Amino acid sequence: MSDTRNAREALFKRILEGDGKASPSERQAAFNNDGLAAPLNVLTDKVARHACRVTDEDIAAAKASGLTEDQLFEIVVSAAVGQAARQYDSAMAALAAATAQE
Amino acid sequence: MRLRILDNGHSFGAKMLFAFIRTVSRQPVLDVVKLVSYRADFYGKPMSKVTQEAMRGPSSWSVADRELMAAFVAKTNQCEFCIKAHSAVAQRAYGDGRAVGAAMSDLDTSDLAQPLRATLLMLGKLTREHTVNADDMRAVLAAGASRQQIEDALAVCFSFNVIGRLADAFAFSVPGPEAFEAGAKYLLARGYR
Repeated sequence: MSDTRNAREALFKRILEGDGKASPSERQAAFNNDGLAAPLNVLTDKVARHACRVTDEDIAAAKASGLTEDQLFEIVVSAAVGQAARQYDSAMAALAAATAQE
Repeated sequence: MRLRILDNGHSFGAKMLFAFIRTVSRQPVLDVVKLVSYRADFYGKPMSKVTQEAMRGPSSWSVADRELMAAFVAKTNQCEFCIKAHSAVAQRAYGDGRAVGAAMSDLDTSDLAQPLRATLLMLGKLTREHTVNADDMRAVLAAGASRQQIEDALAVCFSFNVIGRLADAFAFSVPGPEAFEAGAKYLLARGYR
């Protein structure tokens, strides 16, 4: 499924390096779930680790810190994609380890 | 939705599309459609390519199997919107609602083939704990899934770990079953493009 890999790489490149309202460094930090200040890091950590616990207050606090809705849109997307990418990478490494010892 | 731009910040063309969807389906536009239509060049277009490849691209898993994986990942994430959306697609694709219901309520007692059951168990652990190890993968291989099947399942898992997070973070509204049925028909006919 190399088409899938190419499509995934194109997604990463677009959200992290393409034009946006949030800076590339903010999007990268959200993707990494590392390096953002409060209250934004509370939101991105919830998105990454247990998104069903995100609340209206988390979004309101991020907005009150000065972020626009467009910036929040990009940052939340980056956080979600980053966590799914880490899960995927963990699983592919486990698969490689399992098949290397066969 | 928690961001107003995702409800009503769309381009004129997207708003026309929503009006068309509402007229033809006689159902509200699902929030997932609103999300992928908002500034589509940023997320919607590149993500739709990823999901289309995973869900409808070449794979020895059936479309129904992959939709069940999507629903199972959603269940693990406790994402109500995605559970309902992809259970509806899987039921329609299998032509058997009971099989999907059984798999979603208790994998151990379901009639699923061993490779699919073992794959779902692994995807559940990966989604819940964010990591799996080589022993987890050996168990899936021993159950009869091929390496390629595992890679294909991980591609499905990736997409729905993104989409489920966004559904919950942005607070997608959960409509009635008729809207999900209309969505399921569309996804089986047209895919995720």
